[in-house]
Amino acid sequence: MRHSGATRSGSNLVLTGPTGARPGAVGFLTDTTLCIGCKACEVACKAWNGLPADDFGLTGFSYDNTKDLGAATWRHVAFIERFDGGDGRRPTDLQPFQSDWLMLSDVCKHCVEAGCLQACPTGAIVRTEFDTVVIQQDVCNGCGYCLPACPFGVPALSATDHKAHKCTLCYDRLKDGLEPACAKSCPTDSIQFGLVGELLARARGRVETLQGRGVAGAYIYGDRTVGGGGGIEGLNAFFILTAPPEVYNLPARPELPQRKTMPSYLTTIGTAVALGVAAFFSLRERGGA
Amino acid sequence: MPGLGARLGRGGATTFQQDLANSDCIVIMGANMAENHPVSFRFVMKAKERGATVIHIDPRFTRTSALADLHVPLRAGSDLVFLGALVNHVVNSARWHTDPFFKEYVVHYTNAATIIDPAFRDTEELAGLFSGYNAGRGAYSTETWQYAGSGTDPGAAQQPEQDVQSREGGAATGRPEEARTDPTLQDPHCVFQIVRRHFARYTPEMVERACGVPRDRFLRVAEALVNNSGRDRTAVFAYAVAWTQHTTGTQIIGCCAILQLLLGNIGRPGGGILALRGHATIQGSTDIPTLYNLLPGYIPMPTATPQHRSLDAFLGAERLETGIWHELPKYLISLLKAYYGDSARPENGFAYDLLPKIADDYSFQRMLLLMKDGAMKGLFCMGQNPAVGGQNAVLGRQALANLDWLVVRDVHEIETAAFWHDAPEVRGGAVRPAAIKTEVFFLPAALTAEKDGSYTNTQRLVQWHDKAVGPPGAARSEADFVCRLGQRLKELYRGDDSPRGRQIAALTWDYPTGGPRGEIDLDAVVREINGYTVADGRPVPDADALRDDGSTACGCWIYSGIAPQEGTNLARNRRGDEGAALGWGFAWPANRRILYNRASADPAGRPWSERKAWIWWDAAEGRWAGHDVPDFPATKPPGYRPPPDARGLAAHPGDAPFVRMADGKGALFSGPSLKDGPLPTHYEPWETPVGNVLYPEQARSPVAPTFERPDNPYHAVGDPRFPYVITTYRLTEHHTAGGMSRWVPWLAELQPEGFVEISPELAREHGVDNGDRVVLSTLRGEIETRALVTARLRPLTIDGRTVHQIGLPWHFGFGGLARGAIANDLSPLVEDPNSRIHQAKAFTCNLRKKG
Repeated sequence: MRHSGATRSGSNLVLTGPTGARPGAVGFLTDTTLCIGCKACEVACKAWNGLPADDFGLTGFSYDNTKDLGAATWRHVAFIERFDGGDGRRPTDLQPFQSDWLMLSDVCKHCVEAGCLQACPTGAIVRTEFDTVVIQQDVCNGCGYCLPACPFGVPALSATDHKAHKCTLCYDRLKDGLEPACAKSCPTDSIQFGLVGELLARARGRVETLQGRGVAGAYIYGDRTVGGGGGIEGLNAFFILTAPPEVYNLPARPELPQRKTMPSYLTTIGTAVALGVAAFFSLRERGGA
Repeated sequence: MPGLGARLGRGGATTFQQDLANSDCIVIMGANMAENHPVSFRFVMKAKERGATVIHIDPRFTRTSALADLHVPLRAGSDLVFLGALVNHVVNSARWHTDPFFKEYVVHYTNAATIIDPAFRDTEELAGLFSGYNAGRGAYSTETWQYAGSGTDPGAAQQPEQDVQSREGGAATGRPEEARTDPTLQDPHCVFQIVRRHFARYTPEMVERACGVPRDRFLRVAEALVNNSGRDRTAVFAYAVAWTQHTTGTQIIGCCAILQLLLGNIGRPGGGILALRGHATIQGSTDIPTLYNLLPGYIPMPTATPQHRSLDAFLGAERLETGIWHELPKYLISLLKAYYGDSARPENGFAYDLLPKIADDYSFQRMLLLMKDGAMKGLFCMGQNPAVGGQNAVLGRQALANLDWLVVRDVHEIETAAFWHDAPEVRGGAVRPAAIKTEVFFLPAALTAEKDGSYTNTQRLVQWHDKAVGPPGAARSEADFVCRLGQRLKELYRGDDSPRGRQIAALTWDYPTGGPRGEIDLDAVVREINGYTVADGRPVPDADALRDDGSTACGCWIYSGIAPQEGTNLARNRRGDEGAALGWGFAWPANRRILYNRASADPAGRPWSERKAWIWWDAAEGRWAGHDVPDFPATKPPGYRPPPDARGLAAHPGDAPFVRMADGKGALFSGPSLKDGPLPTHYEPWETPVGNVLYPEQARSPVAPTFERPDNPYHAVGDPRFPYVITTYRLTEHHTAGGMSRWVPWLAELQPEGFVEISPELAREHGVDNGDRVVLSTLRGEIETRALVTARLRPLTIDGRTVHQIGLPWHFGFGGLARGAIANDLSPLVEDPNSRIHQAKAFTCNLRKKG
């Protein structure tokens, strides 16, 4: 699929609808109900981006030997087995589409208001003309400020070049009018690439269908209500989930760490003033004495 | 593929993957489709989005089960009880008897009404055996497995001592009008009544006892199938090697064919049987076979027996009077012309005597034994890794070590090339490399993108691929290697007048070569496969143009039409669409996508329903029309009745969709074409913890080829030392024996080490925690690996007792990045009598925690 050559229309935020995605923004809809856990996305990502195999070893965590996103792992398929209430029984009647063995292809969320970008002191992390968030490797100095600034724990420092790395939403492919490698390789269209506005409309329809067919728990993770609140204003890479976010190791109520900085500053200033005043009076009293 | 061939006529999937999207109910059984055929699974998801019910019947909860509506866990190796019970349910269901669709389909399109020789005796009467069993030979004489009045079958009955071919073409050699029928299906000797009696004891209760499936869950499946079959709805089955790899594999698949025929699902959109192939171009490797007992296009390989002593004798024995196989002389003589060129002349029987003849069992398993016993001295190994992938791999590696020479062509130094210095028995000191006399030649091979060629996939679809970049260094494609090997052999045997020398001298081997590396021009191979007129070398348009007088040559008659004009290769076509996509690649035969699609119309030639229309009779044009290439003579009207002297397809009436069967009908009763009986019968796996609840006197297949010897011992039925059922399988992340994946870092990291899957219940019994090391053992071998404890595996209650099932991926070996113990060190050599495929999907073992 060639995308429509999305570019950002102006630099002003247009915060409308359930996400703050700007017109022309592109992203991913990752629909877990269609995911078969084949990991083609992980391999296609590494192959296209020239990322090495890393962290080699059998984990024993179901079929997840990747564990998490990292400096050399920009797609990660999580496997969650949810069978046994301890009584040894297993379900055989299943809800339509994915159930009981949950699989989710995790990725950088390309947040509308990105914590990593705001925290980056060198300007290495930029918002591109596609409204994606990219770390410029020639500028990054490896300070690591972006790591704690991401509510999802996505960027990671490489032990090889000591710089921060994460999904670029295949910036180079977008420049050539190609869809990202992971979406291209997904056999069941669990990963869909496109304009965020269109994907969101599609996702809403899909959730409605799922609920109509008995998947009562289906919902969108990544709009302002769920997953994209707390100052993030929505995720350009969002998900359809059928279980609570924590089940997938996603934060239930992520928020921008920067939102906590103003109260912290004010507290600090207030404390400083209070201490100053206290010191002034105590010194004056001593001087008076 | 005798499972489908014997009952429907062709050893290939009856439908294509994209057509799954048109189905109302998809039953996946004997397959882990989402994991091993993830791209095909796209169309299961499409069907699901349109509202289809998806059912996965499998011992394990896999990635396929996770996407299904219903998961039905059953004991590995009990499939035939389940399928037989579905047949029993269908023929006794109210819907089947009240909706006239079913009887109309079955009476016209299957042999249900045909009367069978009254001397035939069923397994119900003979305690698990059919009539004609000879205990001394461990084989059947098939005289009584015939249509009444059709006489004996010359192809099978005359050579009881020999390795008779299982073959396509069905029940009878007699002419259709000679067979007596009872369209009311009431005659006690008619096929329908025989089928009904045969499966009468395959009940939901029996399913519960043998499969461990509660009866209400079985009934859910049965109802879903019956309710989604009929005039306006269709159901499809998808299976893979978990049906094939049993001593009864052919019959399991055949039972599915019976079920789908009874439900009227064959030849119709959204219906049929999708045979999911083990890996890329496995379909191609049976079409133009790597099998010892077939010639290209499913022509039987001649045997060293009197009735195959000459071309005329062979044709007399193998040619059917009616149906497409009547044209066998055209196909075989054109093949001989392609093989032997000017050396194949009418006066020398077209050099038939140069064709090798089968004098023994040369199946893969038997080859290993011949190597080990010193009878076979050399081996070319290409695209295979038997040191890991073959059954009883301990014996397999001993066999490799007893060769004079071994040539391995691969892209990595796979275990089969490295066994002499790296195998566990060598590293452990039990075998010294110096004591291995085998001279191993390891040659570098080319990967797909480094060579031109084609794949024939699951749906008989041939797709061409072009070389993107040349292979590195001295690496070369298989085609180039084989071409050069042939050239060298011809040079070596020049002037040699021995029979072998004459065989090699007569072979046409004039493939043009070119390019900087002097590589073979594969277009010339495609041209030879398509066929050409000998006089001018011009391509023939299709198989109908082939002749039996030596004027045409054709490398594989079922592929004829793939390159119908000079410079064309339809396998290159890339015009896709949402329907039959006839413009995408080339599907044999003649680019048909749904086989037997005459059955998509009613006997009068009208679509059964608007919703399920596929092809139909266009009376105005006087020909069959529709969305697909009709799998039927294009202008034969529905009402056609053959004249008494008609031969070939002209002997079939206008409502006989199964063109390769002698009588044009789907075979509920397959006659003498299979070695283990005309009807599917449940026998336990060769190794089983429980007896046969259906036929207590006959636990195991009476005719399964076995190789019991000190280096291939078997566990007795119910051997208490080996109480667990074990099944082996593949994971999405790896490719078969690992040669293409375990050396690739991106794939190896996804499943980096071998493991065994066990249930929490079994883990508790042995005090095993997730990740612990455990030892699995059989009388063949012992392996140590790590335990993945998961509720996706589960114990089942079989005939009142708990039976544990163990799951073991078989990809791993001692080479590459992702390593692990060799699963096949545990498995036995034992086979299906028809396909000669091994039984890897169910055997027994023991387990203990590594102390």
